[in-house]
Amino acid sequence: MRGKGKAVCLGADIDTDLVIAGRYLRTKDRGVWAAHVFEDLDPALARRLAGAVIVAGKNFGCGSSREQAAIALKEAGVIAVAAPVFARIFFRNAVNIGLPLIEADLSCMDGEPVAFDLEAGWVETGGRRKPVRPLSPRMLAILRAGGLVEYWREQR
Amino acid sequence: MSTLAEKILGAAAGEYVDRKVDRAYVHDGTGVLTLEAWKSMGASGLCDPSRLSVIFDHIVPANTGLTAMLQHELREFAASSFMHFSDIGSGICHQCMSEGIVLPGEVVVGADSHSCTLGAFGAFATGVGATDMAAIWMTGETWFRVPATIGIHLTGKLSGAAEAKDCALAYVNQLGMDGATYQALEFIGEGAGHCSIDERLVLCNLAVETGAKAGMFYADHVTAEYLRRFGAAAAEQVPEPCDYMQEITVDLADVVPLVALPPRVDTVKPVHDIAGLPIDQVFVGTCTNGRFSDLARFACIVKGNRVAVRTIVVPASRAVLAEAIRTGVLADIVEAGCVIGTPGCGPCLGTHAGVLGMGEVCLSTANRNFRNRMGVGAEIYLASVATAGASALEGEITEPEVP
Ligand code: SF4
Repeated sequence: MRGKGKAVCLGADIDTDLVIAGRYLRTKDRGVWAAHVFEDLDPALARRLAGAVIVAGKNFGCGSSREQAAIALKEAGVIAVAAPVFARIFFRNAVNIGLPLIEADLSCMDGEPVAFDLEAGWVETGGRRKPVRPLSPRMLAILRAGGLVEYWREQR
Repeated sequence: MSTLAEKILGAAAGEYVDRKVDRAYVHDGTGVLTLEAWKSMGASGLCDPSRLSVIFDHIVPANTGLTAMLQHELREFAASSFMHFSDIGSGICHQCMSEGIVLPGEVVVGADSHSCTLGAFGAFATGVGATDMAAIWMTGETWFRVPATIGIHLTGKLSGAAEAKDCALAYVNQLGMDGATYQALEFIGEGAGHCSIDERLVLCNLAVETGAKAGMFYADHVTAEYLRRFGAAAAEQVPEPCDYMQEITVDLADVVPLVALPPRVDTVKPVHDIAGLPIDQVFVGTCTNGRFSDLARFACIVKGNRVAVRTIVVPASRAVLAEAIRTGVLADIVEAGCVIGTPGCGPCLGTHAGVLGMGEVCLSTANRNFRNRMGVGAEIYLASVATAGASALEGEITEPEVP
């Protein structure tokens, strides 16, 4: 569970309607979600997400339980999302689809490199290393497997 | 001693537990992805289909060929798998589950964030996403971190034109949109005992708007009486002194009609302060305020008058619609010039049947007013049924009269 990407900084309380709007949910085509991710927040954002670590304010992913929000981010190339605290359904969803979450309060600039190691429990920006609130062993195991589908395939 | 969440989950706050799920449900929106994930897991069967429900409520009837096909696939699967299946027009999943299905002490998981509504019965009810639900279909259980609990003491009684919805907006305002993240809310005190089941459902419904995992009432004689109407027996739960991580008090007697301003549920003002703001649409319904008691209150206000703006009323379930027909409530609403939608979510999530245009303003009895939720560039003000009724008649946000 290590990774490295470029920071894309967002504000607090980004709800899942803003991540992927309800009008794009009626499909199973993941490409559609990736194409329209954050459209209502900033339509230019989707193109900057390949290789990105989203650095958000508190309560990222609040609102609807739509898993398409986490899928859209992953499909668009997001490597991980960092926030001081996540909305809990989004938290579970992201781990379940294999998108690493970094629970830490980071301050950094757009484009700055962000490195993390969730097993070791740290995240680094601008040469500063910070501890990450540890994930439960089960959540780490799910992430290591690549998501809950893969986790259960391995268990069986 | 334990909080209600600790008692039902059988462990102390902060611990991780695996728990058998007593009731699990999905809707047409989350069910499609659940089915996909379940198939990908390579599951050969469902753990116990008698505990699983599929309820079509989000886009009913289907609005496009694509929606129809996605629903078709899920419908076929549900029918062949011995799950409980409720087709279009049955109602909103949370409402259907509240009509005699969910019982005190149960662990209930819905693939929808407002599953916390069912904590009104003294159940531990919470929302998950599709992949978590797929694993529950396969194994019949899931993991939880037992939440710490915020105690919300309710004192006194609602008075004047104030409703449970106003009380809910008041506590969301007090806690903020992330004030209870990862935690449970417990509604306690003599004021809680005065609340009807419909009022408890409203108060628990908005728990997730504070980030909470669950909102809960202790089952009492009110719960038992309500469930008896559905032929279900319910044991009462007795609160014990316990450690809350935070306690707040809401005096119901002080609650006045409130409105949440776009685009945040926790930005709340007295209706009085923004009275006169012009609106384009009123929406009465949703898992917050689409029950029979809501429709009856709304009918009382509009009966014999004409609404001044387009007004959409969507009963929360078929049972609600049937009762509204039987009692004449529906005729009063229709004769006042309102439009009636199919029982379900209606325009709440902005995909069909009541989407707003750029710059339009809606006064809604729902629980979310996020940017663009009911239409790109539209604004949503959230309020009670009484405020919706008064505002519909005036065409602007209007303080309800004391009945
Ligand atoms: S009525 Fe609205 S908030 Fe409730 S379940 Fe339906 S879409 Fe969600």
